[in-house]
Amino acid sequence: MLNLMEDHPYPGKLFIVEGIDGSGKSTQLDLLYKWLISEGYSVFFTEWNSSDLVKKTTKKGKKKNLLTPTTFSILHAVDFADRLANVIIPPLQAGMIVLADRYVYTAYARDVARGVHSDWVRNLYSFAVKPNISFYFKIPIDVSINRILSGRASLKPYEAGMDVGLSDDPVTSFKMFQTRVLSQYDQQIEEFGLTVIDGDNPIDKQQEIMRNYVKNELKGYDQYHPRMIAAETKELLVEKDTKSIVHQI
Amino acid sequence: MKSQSFFKHGLPYVDVSDISGKLIVIEGTDGVGRSTQIEILTEWLEVKGYGVINTGWTRSPLLGPAIDQIKRGNTLNQITFAVLYAADFADRLENQIIPALKSGFIVLADRYMYTAFARHNVRGVDPEWIRQVYGFAIEPDLVIYLKIGIEDLILRMFESGKSINYWEAGMDIGLSDDLYESFVKYQTLILNEFDQMTDEFNFKIVDASRWPKSVNSVLKHEIEKLL
Repeated sequence: MLNLMEDHPYPGKLFIVEGIDGSGKSTQLDLLYKWLISEGYSVFFTEWNSSDLVKKTTKKGKKKNLLTPTTFSILHAVDFADRLANVIIPPLQAGMIVLADRYVYTAYARDVARGVHSDWVRNLYSFAVKPNISFYFKIPIDVSINRILSGRASLKPYEAGMDVGLSDDPVTSFKMFQTRVLSQYDQQIEEFGLTVIDGDNPIDKQQEIMRNYVKNELKGYDQYHPRMIAAETKELLVEKDTKSIVHQI
Repeated sequence: MKSQSFFKHGLPYVDVSDISGKLIVIEGTDGVGRSTQIEILTEWLEVKGYGVINTGWTRSPLLGPAIDQIKRGNTLNQITFAVLYAADFADRLENQIIPALKSGFIVLADRYMYTAFARHNVRGVDPEWIRQVYGFAIEPDLVIYLKIGIEDLILRMFESGKSINYWEAGMDIGLSDDLYESFVKYQTLILNEFDQMTDEFNFKIVDASRWPKSVNSVLKHEIEKLL
């Protein structure tokens, strides 16, 4: 069950972005997406916490204030396991580029900041496919807070980590919680080989750096043009994948 | 008397040192008579003056409906299923089991994490991974394993007027197209899993092929020793 620490066997490429709220990662991923499309690649996009089942359950739990940090953490893992099997691995098998806005490192940062055991949550997600590049957009905590607070009227309670009980004031709680999350991200840089991008740089400068990393990773990838390999190896890969999901976890 | 502790990596934000209740688990496969026994034990303990709370498997208010929905759809892969059950368990553990134990109740659990280990293992999920996932579980004070052979299990089920259902027959893993045949194969695998866990988790084996009344007196005896 060490998939996350080993290179994946699929012909496609998986690029993911991470960072605290307001780090600019979604903007950068969107720019990368547009560039890859314009270059003629087949690209699939997915984001954290997006399945209907989990959205509904999470919403219900939040409303009833039933969600403990551990239940909250596992619920996200349900969503992730479902997305991994249904929307991340199949495009990778088909040789496509998959872009993910947030990945398991979000869980490792947020859930540990919420109080779950760091080894426990690492094991929980260890079935994940290791990305080809994991970009971590690192910004100082004050920049994040200013960006978030200037952009909206109020903070959502879970976003502010109100459930952790750091402070009764949403803004104070948000700052304290984000500081914890940031420190959990920083600890992962070496552990998981995250590629750090300075989120304080101008947007175009960050994008240029990001594209250079991606270009480098895509060297030699063109031979796996999705439209060519999809037809040839589909059956073989589907079989291989079913096994790898069940037995290799 | 040992103090309560977590199975593996626990819940760092929960203090279990003040638990005064007892966690008693009744394990065993489908149709072995767990719920009948728990019903009798609950009444017996209450008459003795103990506060008792029953808890089942996949019955949390938060996730019960989601699991039912997925079981009907049957579209999820094995890991997603395993994680979903763990979410349900976490919800029940933290919102029901731990608070009850802290208030001094006896918690009678109809199945516990061992059921998950058995079911997921026969479906090819990594056994060490799933044990770590359930690391936050509270270690029970007593695990009674209602043990039965496959022949007795089949007879008991039909005698009680039940029919074989899709999940109890493990039809989702494709052992056989025939419901009865699949049931026999699947339950044999599950029974084997429970047998193999007996030493690992120090199960108290109780022969469940006997009459429910005599099974019950053995259970009462075991529980009395604990109290």
